[in-house]
Amino acid sequence: MSKRKKLTKLRKREEISFYLFILPWIIGFVSFTGGPIFATLGISLTDWSLFGSPHWIGLSNYVKLFSDPLFYKALVATFYYVGGRIALLVIASLLIAILLNQKLWGMTVFRTIYYLPAVITGIVLAMIFQQLYKPIYGPFAYFLSLVGISAPTWLVNEKWAMPALILMNFWMIGPTTVIFLAALQGIPKALFESSKIDGANFLQQFFYITIPTLSPVILLIIVITTVQSFMVFAEPYVLTRGGPNYTTLVGALYIYREAFKYYKLGYACSFSWILLLVIMGFVGLQFLLSKHWVHYEAKKQ
Amino acid sequence: MNNSLRKLNINRKIIYKILLYGILVIGSIVFLFPIIWAASLSLKDYAHVFEIPLKLIPDSIVWRNYPEAWSYYPYTRFLLNSFFVCFMCVLGDVFSSSLVAFGFARLRSRGKNILFIMVLLTMMIPYQLIIVPRFLIFQKIGWVDTFKPLWVTTFLSWPYFVFLFRQFFMSIPFEFDDAARIDGCSLWRIYWNIVLPLSRPALATVAVFSFVANWRSFLAPLIYLSSQEKYTLALGLGLLQTRQYVEVPYVMAVAMIMIIPPIIIFIFTAKYFLREISLSVYK
Repeated sequence: MSKRKKLTKLRKREEISFYLFILPWIIGFVSFTGGPIFATLGISLTDWSLFGSPHWIGLSNYVKLFSDPLFYKALVATFYYVGGRIALLVIASLLIAILLNQKLWGMTVFRTIYYLPAVITGIVLAMIFQQLYKPIYGPFAYFLSLVGISAPTWLVNEKWAMPALILMNFWMIGPTTVIFLAALQGIPKALFESSKIDGANFLQQFFYITIPTLSPVILLIIVITTVQSFMVFAEPYVLTRGGPNYTTLVGALYIYREAFKYYKLGYACSFSWILLLVIMGFVGLQFLLSKHWVHYEAKKQ
Repeated sequence: MNNSLRKLNINRKIIYKILLYGILVIGSIVFLFPIIWAASLSLKDYAHVFEIPLKLIPDSIVWRNYPEAWSYYPYTRFLLNSFFVCFMCVLGDVFSSSLVAFGFARLRSRGKNILFIMVLLTMMIPYQLIIVPRFLIFQKIGWVDTFKPLWVTTFLSWPYFVFLFRQFFMSIPFEFDDAARIDGCSLWRIYWNIVLPLSRPALATVAVFSFVANWRSFLAPLIYLSSQEKYTLALGLGLLQTRQYVEVPYVMAVAMIMIIPPIIIFIFTAKYFLREISLSVYK
């Protein structure tokens, strides 16, 4: 009896220690994540500008938002960017992971090189791409002109500005490629060998072995990429400033514009809140859809 | 017959290998091209920047672009500011996230699983979307236009790093803790003297990640810093961009200097670091 009491006392002490160890997270969560989420909702119901005092205006910001053509442009830009970036990153990093998974001498060097541009993303890469995308004198336009294609003026063309922003992400496939690489190495070799005996070619192996076995990892990458893509800021800020004609006014840029350029905090927060709901819906949808295509090995056993 | 078939097979293997190396080398050129092009532009004379056909190696290499660009704005100041902020961030991320992860990985408590799910869920929230309340908090404390908003939150742990550390800590045998506890070791000492020293790869990975992420951080400094002498290098680089008449080689020279620290750190830790990310996510 007394022994049990002592044990529970120890357990209690361990519990207190647990909460002490995770205290930094609790403080951070309450004051800088969880709290701000609700604060964003609260501020969105006011007409707060950075200087005056806030007044309660109910849902007016939301009403205004839904009649603002810029709001729809920002939503379209955000979805375009997020969708394009996910497709590019998943497909390109899977293919490059397969390439980098070949057993060849010197592969570590190639892996390091392919990862390298991902280390310098952000404003520096954006500024370099500003030069690469220069019309006529930029390398991209020049190489295209060599094969007889006259390049569009990417960054100032309504049709091409967003594809140009998305294409940049090809140079940032490092992290997702590494995840795919690890997953590829986890596929049992016997699967490939036995399918080879059965006469399967490379494409059949890719679609019937690689993709199904990797599907949980693909889901993971889609979810991570979704969240990251909603955060993009430096690239459009440097390259397009949201233009031309607001075709690249992605979410974070719109919030920055409204909150810190025009000081419409309430308005910016109402947009934030809608975007938060959209992200949660998006991620939730991906998990729901995943039941139809993600294949978990462990469940069968 | 048999012999020639074998020969054919060997030939095919060699061709396959050459083909692979060819693709790998072309890929390397593609991935390195932005950096190579930036280096080339940074060494060109302004008059030769816009020139057809393009030249990768400039006719005359203009080294003085670097000192000239560097003195265009107080870049040494910006560099020191960046180093200070990044140092604090790395310290904060490594310390606080490992502390929290230790709790989640090695201690038993009610409610632990729900709290961990919440950690994972907060990974789903892009902080850009909740930046307004954060800004208001820092404004209220009077920290706007100081470095504090840029690094103080890193001492409150970051979900992704907590996850990474937790995965690593789970792989350390629990017998160590039990033995230490029997010997009367405090939990703090188990964390500090046993678990942390065994976690060098994870510590290095988080440190590299944290450095790289904060080195390029742009939105936060843009919002919080207003006086120029407090600018970080990323903001300082942006200064050149907003001036249309500034010469392209200057912008590229500063950009080249700015990418040196993360690239050096990455190359020296690549082996560690590439393995660690994949392990943590794949486990």
